[in-house]
Amino acid sequence: MCTLEKRGRVLILTLTGSGEHRLGPGLISSLRSALATARSDPTVAALVTAGEGRFFSNGLDLAWAKNSSEGISTLVRLVKPLIADLISLPMPTVAAVTGHASAAGMMLAVAHDYVYMRGDRGVLYMSELDIGLPFPDYFMDLMQAKITDPRTLRDVTLRAKKITGTEAKERGIVDKVCQSASETVAEAVKMAEELAGRNWDKGVYASIRLSVYPKLCKSLEIPQESDEAVRKHFASRL
Amino acid sequence: MCTLEKRGNIYLLTLTGSGEHRFNPSLLSSLRAALSSLLCSSHAPNSALITCAEGKFFSNGFDQSWVRSAPPSQHRIISDLLRGLISDYLSLPMPTVCAVTGHAAAAGCALVLAHDYVVMREDRGFFYMSELDVGLKFVKYFEVFFNEKIPDNQTRRDVLLRSARVTAREAMARGIVDRAAQGIEGTIEEALRLAEEVAATVSDGSKLAEKRKLMFSETWRHVSAAGGSKL
Repeated sequence: MCTLEKRGRVLILTLTGSGEHRLGPGLISSLRSALATARSDPTVAALVTAGEGRFFSNGLDLAWAKNSSEGISTLVRLVKPLIADLISLPMPTVAAVTGHASAAGMMLAVAHDYVYMRGDRGVLYMSELDIGLPFPDYFMDLMQAKITDPRTLRDVTLRAKKITGTEAKERGIVDKVCQSASETVAEAVKMAEELAGRNWDKGVYASIRLSVYPKLCKSLEIPQESDEAVRKHFASRL
Repeated sequence: MCTLEKRGNIYLLTLTGSGEHRFNPSLLSSLRAALSSLLCSSHAPNSALITCAEGKFFSNGFDQSWVRSAPPSQHRIISDLLRGLISDYLSLPMPTVCAVTGHAAAAGCALVLAHDYVVMREDRGFFYMSELDVGLKFVKYFEVFFNEKIPDNQTRRDVLLRSARVTAREAMARGIVDRAAQGIEGTIEEALRLAEEVAATVSDGSKLAEKRKLMFSETWRHVSAAGGSKL
């Protein structure tokens, strides 16, 4: 489902196989486990997430939902803590969008601090409008946090626009566009290494990320420290 | 610590001396005292305030040596004073222009953004939120303020979560700074030009202050003494 590879201080999480990497209970659980590994390993200072094949992730495993009595709402419920894991991960995160990222798959991508994407193929696509599904609240909160240009947000959510890497860079969703999947991963790893090289305190990084996205962290039920705790931390560092 | 002078209808608040203009209780109190004279009295219409600094630095943030020498129970004084200073700028009954004549770092950046307009020196100096690099977290009012003043995701992420050193040109491209100019004098002159332009359009400063507090209502809620949170 996914593999972890360590390169120096960077952990590379790859969604494996030539399929659509749809988020069902199995893959969600593997991803959360991988993120727990990243969190607990003191030698890991940055994360890159990439995909094999034509897809980064094509969203929720709707086939699983159809065959299960629990349905889509279960998957929506299971993906939320996965997104929360990323938003609370105490290190910089870089998504290497190596293929199509749709719906929950696009959410997985933009939940990273930096988004690198191939420009030769693949689109970002919030398909919900096209397939008649609602957005979970936390999807919209994540999009409002990460897509702050109003017309871009409108095109993504109310037009279900398929956005290439190049257009996504112009519109502020993607940070860097690369020429191929392998170049996207290589550049993402390079960025992750640079970020790891800044030697930031992990707890401070996590705290500042929550400060950058306070509404999102409330939506994902990630607790923020009180001012008193922040002041105690400050005093302890003098 | 600072001087307040008047040039025609423009007030010029200068952080004096060649040092880093770091925020300790003395400097913050002096700034607040200077602003209080503008908050309380009635003014001629079409006034404006410019804040600038002498030397290489605009402000390099909180005075860590003061903090280290003060008992822990007093540390929050400078944070509370900065909070009060931001509330003063939000309440000022005239347009405000920051002339970033030198490096601005950490809490110094907060002072910059507390203004309506920013003119920054382009041949030297950075706008640098250094907190991540030095290992400091944000208290709530600070977080709310930066979220309201820098709404663009990538810019806010780069400034706060990457501790980027931003030049005047980049800051302009990213919407943090309005104009860039050469040299300290050039920056102040450009700030004076901008201040005159804006002052000409604002005859009722108190109405301006009301609108500004409404525009940044979440910040106002967190920094004002009246509505403020007591964290």
